[in-house]
Amino acid sequence: MSRFTSLAVLLACIPALAAAGNFPGVGRSATPAEIKAWDIDVRPDFKGLPPGSGSVTQGQNIWDAKCASCHGTFGESNEVFTPLVGGTTAEDIETGRVKSLKAGDVARTTLMKVATVSTLWDYIHRAMPWNAPKSLSVDDVYAVVAYLLNLGDILPADFVLSDKNIAEAQQRMPNRNGMTRNHGLWDIKGTPDVKNPACMKDCLVEVGVSSELPEYAQGAHGNLADQQRAVATPRKVAAAPADGGVTTLVKKYACQSCHAVDRKLVGPAFKDVAAKYKGDAQAEAKLLEKLKKGGGGNWGVVPMPPNPDIPENDARILVEWVLSRGL
Amino acid sequence: MNVPGRLKRAPENFLDPREIAEVQAGRRDFLRGAFAAALAAPLAARAQPAVEGQGDPAILELPEHTKGLGQPVVARPYGQPSQYERNVQRRESPGLTRVGQSSVSFAPLQGLFGIITPNGLHFERHHQGWWDIDPSRHRLMVMGLVKEAKVYTMDDLMRLPAVSRMHFIECGANTGMEWGNVAVPTVQYTHGMLSCCEFTGVKLSTLLDDGGFDKLKGKFVLAEGADGSSMTRTIAMERALDDVMVAWAMNGEMLRPENGYPLRLVAPGLQGVSWVKWLRRIEVGDQPWATKDEAIHYIDLMPDGTHRQYSSIQECKSVITSPSGGQHLLDKGYYNVTGLAWSGRGKIKRVDVSVDGGRNWRTARLESPLQAKCLARFNIDWVWDGSPAVLQSRAMDETGYVQPKINQLRAVRGKRSIYHNNAIQSWKVADSGEVTNVQVY
Repeated sequence: MSRFTSLAVLLACIPALAAAGNFPGVGRSATPAEIKAWDIDVRPDFKGLPPGSGSVTQGQNIWDAKCASCHGTFGESNEVFTPLVGGTTAEDIETGRVKSLKAGDVARTTLMKVATVSTLWDYIHRAMPWNAPKSLSVDDVYAVVAYLLNLGDILPADFVLSDKNIAEAQQRMPNRNGMTRNHGLWDIKGTPDVKNPACMKDCLVEVGVSSELPEYAQGAHGNLADQQRAVATPRKVAAAPADGGVTTLVKKYACQSCHAVDRKLVGPAFKDVAAKYKGDAQAEAKLLEKLKKGGGGNWGVVPMPPNPDIPENDARILVEWVLSRGL
Repeated sequence: MNVPGRLKRAPENFLDPREIAEVQAGRRDFLRGAFAAALAAPLAARAQPAVEGQGDPAILELPEHTKGLGQPVVARPYGQPSQYERNVQRRESPGLTRVGQSSVSFAPLQGLFGIITPNGLHFERHHQGWWDIDPSRHRLMVMGLVKEAKVYTMDDLMRLPAVSRMHFIECGANTGMEWGNVAVPTVQYTHGMLSCCEFTGVKLSTLLDDGGFDKLKGKFVLAEGADGSSMTRTIAMERALDDVMVAWAMNGEMLRPENGYPLRLVAPGLQGVSWVKWLRRIEVGDQPWATKDEAIHYIDLMPDGTHRQYSSIQECKSVITSPSGGQHLLDKGYYNVTGLAWSGRGKIKRVDVSVDGGRNWRTARLESPLQAKCLARFNIDWVWDGSPAVLQSRAMDETGYVQPKINQLRAVRGKRSIYHNNAIQSWKVADSGEVTNVQVY
């Protein structure tokens, strides 16, 4: 065979391999045990729901031990996550539409929104508790779902939830008829719900500003000048330094990321700190401690981070300067 | 007034209020002194005298880097940004969430150029914390309505025919804080749940074909993550077979852990939550799954009390990134107004810009190449005359859809829907030069 012929034979083989439509040597069949280990999803028609059961009472025990610290004893807490329970009525359970969703600015709980009980079962099973996901047994999950629905007055206190009766629970979900797919945001060719003509000249617009950043929110995101590139950006101007080396230190240790002299940002205004400690003989020692070790609870939810690396001398200069801001 | 951009490059943060007033009054002769002082003592009071009358000390006095020996190669085996770029960071919006593992960080759009988001600045959204997963132990399973359920290692996947595509990713809740009123000050917080990368991976259709998926009954695909939340989302089969990818790379390197290392779904045009990170499983099914993030969150509340479920497409949107909120025009004169436009339904066709709150519009320059479901960078000239202005951009995509005004959206969806706010953004420029976030009708 000439070299030319052998090349031709080789080339002829390539399309034959590709035409098989798969990739020999790549991937392998999943075993039944592997599929079982990962195939944990539960659909609204309960496909994937494993057999099992759990009572409201069992659920309460698990709840108090593993759920209440984040979600509150009654699923009402807004401390760590948004509330799970509340805002639904007996009438909602009858109609399957949560009436209060129509009202103005109501806080929405999970039970006000969720239409499908399978969603609760699936998610608690796959992702809860927060710091130990997938540690609940199947029966535990039934029990926790039963208790959660009992907290929402959807199931009675003596109920035992199981794969056999979960469809009945579904028929009592307060917002089971509250979802619509009648919108253009699923299909890429869907019809948009607004139409803005691309007017170019003398367009009709209402003159004037309808909303600006509210006063209380103005300091919430820290010093905005420090969030812009330091060159070639239209950039806000820092006040002129007039105090020896202190502003250098304030900048070096990024104090102004959270603080300003005369207004609250993430942390308190320096002048407010000065006012609070006015006349306190221990002020300097207390602030030095807070500066180095951090602190919290005095000025809002965001704690002061610890700064163990600031040298003693710099720390003293900073603290003295902060305490003199109230003068 | 016609000295274009001169002051933009000045170390203007070292000017004191008196000097700013002088600049705005048109006086600049003292600036030489300001330059000298700023260079000599960048952070403290300026003490050093200028080189009187001869020119800019940045030119006349040769700096260390021109007269000394610099750093060797591999001083930093993995390169880092300049120390002077420290302000360009991902940031959280204080008070938005209460647990860092179920939170979001925003990309600093105000400091970015072009359309590609650097990997270290890509926005983050985690549902139960992020992990740095050992790729040798990561597996992808494709199962459900398939002839053969299959398992792939990363070695397997990376042998398959790869594609590289540039796409934007936007969280469905981007700009969600602004449905009711202005709530945040800068473009980082209004629009920073937006990033754009060149992704490399294998098309999902390749894997579905490899397993022999049921083309008759298989109408939906479930994607599932390997993290604690094992995040799941339903994808339409039509999308899955179109341009959805199973990707391992972003911008030429492997995915960052915060972005799903070693494997994530790339679902072009769909909201970010569908781009499941740390992807471990694909299931083919005949019904949607109503998972937590499509039955409790990522549902849009309408005025009549119903929720729109399975709302996924990110409609056409744009924003001016500079000048933008938190910035400060120090002087009248020329500015390049620049920003980003994108659409989940295809390519950007046109971007118009208004400087008078939407009364009159001019068409901006679009930087090429324009790609489907990818950011587009626009630029337009503007000479600020020092009077108050309201800057807006308005994008149009190849379907002819025009980005709406906030009042047009509210007329249909009310103020409480949280997700899918693609309204025109307005930045007010005060006569002081301060730029702030406002809403106008």
